[in-house]
Amino acid sequence: MRALASLFCGFMFGWGLLISGMIRPDKVLGFLDVLAIPSGNWDPSLAVVMAAALAVTGVGYALARRHTPLFESQNQWPTQTVIDRPLIAGSVLFGVGWGLVGLCPGPAIENLTTLSPGVITFVIAMAVGMIAYHFWETRDAASAERSLAAAAATPADG
Amino acid sequence: MANFTPISAAIGGALIGLSAVLLMRLNGRIAGITGIFAGLIEPQSTEWAWRATFIVGLVAAPLSAALIGYTVPIPQMPPSLAIFTVAGLLVGFGTRLSNGCTSGHGICGIARLSPRSITATGIFMVAAMIVVALTRHVVGG
Repeated sequence: MRALASLFCGFMFGWGLLISGMIRPDKVLGFLDVLAIPSGNWDPSLAVVMAAALAVTGVGYALARRHTPLFESQNQWPTQTVIDRPLIAGSVLFGVGWGLVGLCPGPAIENLTTLSPGVITFVIAMAVGMIAYHFWETRDAASAERSLAAAAATPADG
Repeated sequence: MANFTPISAAIGGALIGLSAVLLMRLNGRIAGITGIFAGLIEPQSTEWAWRATFIVGLVAAPLSAALIGYTVPIPQMPPSLAIFTVAGLLVGFGTRLSNGCTSGHGICGIARLSPRSITATGIFMVAAMIVVALTRHVVGG
């Protein structure tokens, strides 16, 4: 049931991106191009998409908090609250990549259906970037563990 | 604002929001595409099934649209595959480092009024706007 429910959610999400036009990189770039405001060529559509999505999600999440989910034992709300360096650095990197071609993960995956070589290249590179992060992060954790172990093994000076 | 499409934007946005709410109400999960996709491709991933079907549903949307006569236009974008490669790497690494993208931070996170997500969204929006300003008006202009 869980798999079926998320199939339906993914399908609805995909139609949302499709109808809103956010599947199209030119629409997204048209919003990001704020220097086009004076000439009247700016496209504020993305702001309307976000406003509508936030209105629905804000109310819906508030209601969802009162219940346990239908097909799971509990809701998994994110627990991190600290604004740290990875959050800031990661957002900058993502923003630069997004601005370069107008693709973020959802629309990029959906655009694979166009079989555009550029999109396929982008999604492969995106997957490589994610896997690179995974190894970078786990290596980081492993080396931290090693240095902790080394510190524990080293007799204290005092 | 000749390209502004507020009605379809509002309908599409509401559908995205509804999908996020349903995923929480049914499966108790955040509808963040980065987390869902990364959870499929990274080693030692868990909860494979629901992530896979979500992505299948996402891809099925434009295919079903094609069946009823709407074909998604092939994106007109930079000719260089090098730019796509660099952009893809940045998006992949960056979204994992910051733990979310436009959907996870921009919609699900802001809807929870999470300070982390509000910060992340502000930063990636501004960064993208600066890049577009540079590529369209300084280098390309």
